[in-house]
Amino acid sequence: MRVLVVIACLLLVAGCARTSPEDPALTGGISAQGLGAGGAAAGTFAPGSQAALQAEAGDTVFFAFDSSVLRPESQAVLRQQAAWLQRNPGIRVTVEGHTDERGTREYNLALGERRANAVRSFLIAQGVAADRIRTVSFGKDRPAVLGSNEQAWAQNRRAVTVVAAPVS
Amino acid sequence: MRTTRRQAMTSLAAVGALASAPAAGQLTVTIDRGTVRPLPIAVSPFAGGVAAQPEIGLQIAEVIGANLDRSGLFRTIDRSAYIQTPDDLADQGPRFADWRQINAEALVSGRVSAVDATNMAVEFRLFDVLTASERRGLRYTAPIDDWRRVAHKISDEIYSRITGESGYFDTRIVYVSETGLATQRVKRLAIMDQDGANHRFLTRGDSLVMTPRFAPDGETIAFLSFRTGEPQVALIDASGANDRLLGRFDGMTFAPRFSPDGQRLAMSLAAGGSTSLFMYDLRTQEMTRLTSGPHIDTSPSFSPDGGRLVFNSDRAGSPQLYVMDLGSGRAERISFGGGRYSTPAWSPRGDLVTFVNQQGGSFHVGLMRPDGGDERLITRSYLDDGPRFAPNGRVVVFERHDRASGRMRLFTIDVTGFNLREVATPLDATDPDWSPLRR
Repeated sequence: MRVLVVIACLLLVAGCARTSPEDPALTGGISAQGLGAGGAAAGTFAPGSQAALQAEAGDTVFFAFDSSVLRPESQAVLRQQAAWLQRNPGIRVTVEGHTDERGTREYNLALGERRANAVRSFLIAQGVAADRIRTVSFGKDRPAVLGSNEQAWAQNRRAVTVVAAPVS
Repeated sequence: MRTTRRQAMTSLAAVGALASAPAAGQLTVTIDRGTVRPLPIAVSPFAGGVAAQPEIGLQIAEVIGANLDRSGLFRTIDRSAYIQTPDDLADQGPRFADWRQINAEALVSGRVSAVDATNMAVEFRLFDVLTASERRGLRYTAPIDDWRRVAHKISDEIYSRITGESGYFDTRIVYVSETGLATQRVKRLAIMDQDGANHRFLTRGDSLVMTPRFAPDGETIAFLSFRTGEPQVALIDASGANDRLLGRFDGMTFAPRFSPDGQRLAMSLAAGGSTSLFMYDLRTQEMTRLTSGPHIDTSPSFSPDGGRLVFNSDRAGSPQLYVMDLGSGRAERISFGGGRYSTPAWSPRGDLVTFVNQQGGSFHVGLMRPDGGDERLITRSYLDDGPRFAPNGRVVVFERHDRASGRMRLFTIDVTGFNLREVATPLDATDPDWSPLRR
C-alpha cells in the first residue's frame, strides 16, 4: 500500500512539473530537480532525505512571470510536502525562492523571497510548525536550467524545498 | 590659483601649478550635444624619465591618450605623426606650426624626473594649438609606482579644462566577477581602475556575492553576502580586508547604498514576503524603517544632498520608480512610461536618475529627471542591468547579457546616449559601481 501511494505521488509530481497552461514547452526541458529520481525504485530513498522528499512529495513548485501565486497544481505538491513533513517530524527545511533572468537583480531578490514565503505560508497553513521552515532567496542568480528562452525561464521561476539538518 | 585642492594627498601630491597664462578659451568641448566631433589632441611622450622605468614618459602619455580616446570627446593623434620631439617640446616649448600641420587642436607635453630612488616629479602642460597659448600647467610628485594614477590625474585635468566638467579617470570600478555555469556560478568581488588596470579580486568565491557599492570615500564597499547562508549586507575594505557582516537582522537584508555623508546605509529588508526600505545608521547601528506594506520596495539611491531617495516599488502593481522625501516620508511615483522600471541610481550631479526599463522583450538603460521629466532610453538589449553613474554624472556603467553567447560584460555609455564601449574584464562581469574621484 505504501508503495502504491509513493508511485501515485511520483506521477502527480511529474504531472505538476509539466502541465502548466502558460508553459506548454516544458515537456522537453532539462529539469533541475532531477528526473533521475524516477529511475530509482520507489521506497529506496534514505528516510527524510532530499531524494525522499522529491520522490514522495515533490520538492519544487513553479510560478508565472513576476508572480508568487500558488497555482492549483503547486498547492497539490505543497499539500504532499506538508504531509511528508508531518511524517518526518525531525526534519527542518529551507524554502529557496528563485526567479527567471528577465528582471533586475535586486527586484528579483525580493521576488524570490516573496515566492519562498508563499510556500512557507502555505505549509504553515497545512499545519507544519513555522520554526521548521526557513526561507532564502537567490533571485535570478541560481537558475535551475541553462538557457535564455521561455522554456528555461519557466523552469527557473520556482521555489525549492530543501531538507536541512534534522531537528536536534 | 587653486590647483592643489583635489590633488592634496599624502602619496601623490601636486606641488603646484606651473606658470601659465590662461588664454581666452576657444578650446572647448560642450558635452551636452549628442554628437560631438572628437577634439584632435596630440599627447607627446613625456620627456625625461627615471632609471628604474626608462619608458615611463611614453607609458604616461599612452594612458592619457587612451583615457581621452575612451571618453569619446577626444581623438588622440597617432604619435608617429608628431614632428617636434618630446625633448625639444619639453625644453623649448611648442613649435605650434608643427602641431597645426598635423591638425592637432590641443597639445599635451610633459617631463618626468627622479626625485629619489622611489619618487618622481611629473609636470605637464596643456596647450591650445590654434591660439598658440598654454591652458594648464601642473607638477606632481608621486611614488614611481603610482605612475598610472598620475596619468589619470593629468587626464582629469585635461578633460576638466576643455569640457568644463570634472573628470572621472582617477577612479575605480568594483564589480562582481563571474565564472562557471549559470546554475553553479562562482561570483567574486573584484576591483580595478576605470581603464581595467590593476585588476584584483577581493573575495575568494566560496560564497555568492552581489551588488557592491562604494562608500563616498571610495575605501569601503557595501555588498550582499551569502556567507552565512542567509543573504545579508556586509562591508569590506577596498583593499579586500575586513570582510564583515553589517549585523544580524530579522530577515534578509540587501540592496545597500551609502548616504552621501557615508554615515548611513539605505537598504531593503525582506521578511514574510514583503520587502521594505530601512535606514541603517553606521554609528549607532540602529535600523529605522522607511516604508511598510505588502509589496516590494528596493534599490534605494540617495540624492546628492542626502535628502531624498529614489527607489523601486511594485506598490502600484508593477515595478515603478518613486522618490521619497526623507524629511516627510512622502513618496511620489516618477515613472509613467511603458513597461517595468527598476534599479534606479541618482546622478552625483543631481540632475538625472538612471534606471532599467523592461518592455517588449527588451531591456533598456534609461535616464529621466528626478521629477520624472525628460525620459530617454539610451540602450536596448536582451538584458541590461545595474546602471551606475561615473562621479561626474556624464557616463553610466552597466552590465549587459548577450543572449547568444551567454556572456555578461560591463559597458559604459555617455548620458547623451553615444559612445557605448565595453569595459574589458578577465571573466564575465556584473553589478558594477563607480568610485568617487580618488583623493
